[in-house]
Amino acid sequence: MSEPKARDVLWEPVFDRNPVTLLILGICSALAVTTKLETAVAMSISVTAVMVGASAVLSLIRHHVPDTIRLFAQISIIATLVIVVDQVLQAFFWELSKQLSVFVSLIVTNCIVMGRTEGFALKHPPALSVADAVGNGIGYSLVLVAVAFVRELLGSGKLFGYPVFALQSEGGWYVPNGFMARAPAAFVLIALLIWALRSFKPEQTEGQTRG
Amino acid sequence: MEHYLDLIVRAVFMENLALAYFLGMCTFLAVSKNVKTALGVGAGVIVVQTITVPLNNVIYHGLLKQGNTLLPRVSELDLTFLGLIVYIGVIATMVQILEMVLDRFFPMLYNALGIYLPLLTVNCAILGGTLFMVDRGYSFGESVAYGFGTGTGFAVAIAVLAGIRERMTYSEPPAGLRGVGMAFLVTGLISLAFMAFTGIRL
Repeated sequence: MSEPKARDVLWEPVFDRNPVTLLILGICSALAVTTKLETAVAMSISVTAVMVGASAVLSLIRHHVPDTIRLFAQISIIATLVIVVDQVLQAFFWELSKQLSVFVSLIVTNCIVMGRTEGFALKHPPALSVADAVGNGIGYSLVLVAVAFVRELLGSGKLFGYPVFALQSEGGWYVPNGFMARAPAAFVLIALLIWALRSFKPEQTEGQTRG
Repeated sequence: MEHYLDLIVRAVFMENLALAYFLGMCTFLAVSKNVKTALGVGAGVIVVQTITVPLNNVIYHGLLKQGNTLLPRVSELDLTFLGLIVYIGVIATMVQILEMVLDRFFPMLYNALGIYLPLLTVNCAILGGTLFMVDRGYSFGESVAYGFGTGTGFAVAIAVLAGIRERMTYSEPPAGLRGVGMAFLVTGLISLAFMAFTGIRL
């Protein structure tokens, strides 16, 4: 098997094989934390950090882990890293960690992390695995930030908590769109995002038969 | 009694894990292509959720929390930071045990659920249920109700989505929306419909 190039491994997941829109991994957290940009960015950084850490560690020990217990090894390493991230957030960003509530802990079962360690890190050397993790982290973050941007801007007229549109309640012109702050908006936005992306890259569309 | 009923109804409709908290989305979208598999997964989630949430509740109150009761020797320690790794271990073990028990005593059920059970270990709805239970400080009785409610809610949601997707097999959406795109739009609409339950109290 020929080794893939580090640059391809790094950039492919961003647009061509985006983990969220093409592979449908890690949706749970992608939707829940996107009502505000601040939480979306925090979540992106956390997931990327965990993914890089897990990929590096698992890639280093990949020759020593028997196949039969590899799932257990992955889960416990990922869970440990998530606990570290969670404690760091609680120690230095208490307000933010309150808002993210259980979703930081849920990185454990985020399929992106599992998917990348299982599908890539266990078969490739550490440097490549880290590149792959960073690439997938960027791809994931892009989707999160894009959705959060729209939801916060239209939902409350703010970006990162700073008012951008002058709200009507404060004498301005913008009436916040309450729908954007609710759960269904996230589903619809992701659907539109997938549609847009697949219009530019028609090779990603699915066959007619798969409803 | 009323309190528990209220908790169940809220977990099924208003605070549906899949539709309001986006948990278990990967499974939700991947196995909702036909109603039969969706019902299988739904049943699996109900069973696993009803067992693991109360079990983790016992572990949380009995072992991890400061001033716990089961192990007096560590009762003054606050071990809650270990929670995550313990819960996921409990869930993985429970799923494994459940699989073996079903295989031994209920082969019919095992054949129906068998392939979906292992999937549930990495389903965020399962872990999410436990984490919400800890977060909201439910008692043991409440945790049983909550586990059953969230499991049922997930099953209902996935069955509805599967039904709609089955019907849509022969529709012709724009090329870019085919498959997942459409599934997301439909989920959005179902989620909107479920929001109509907000505010109902028993």
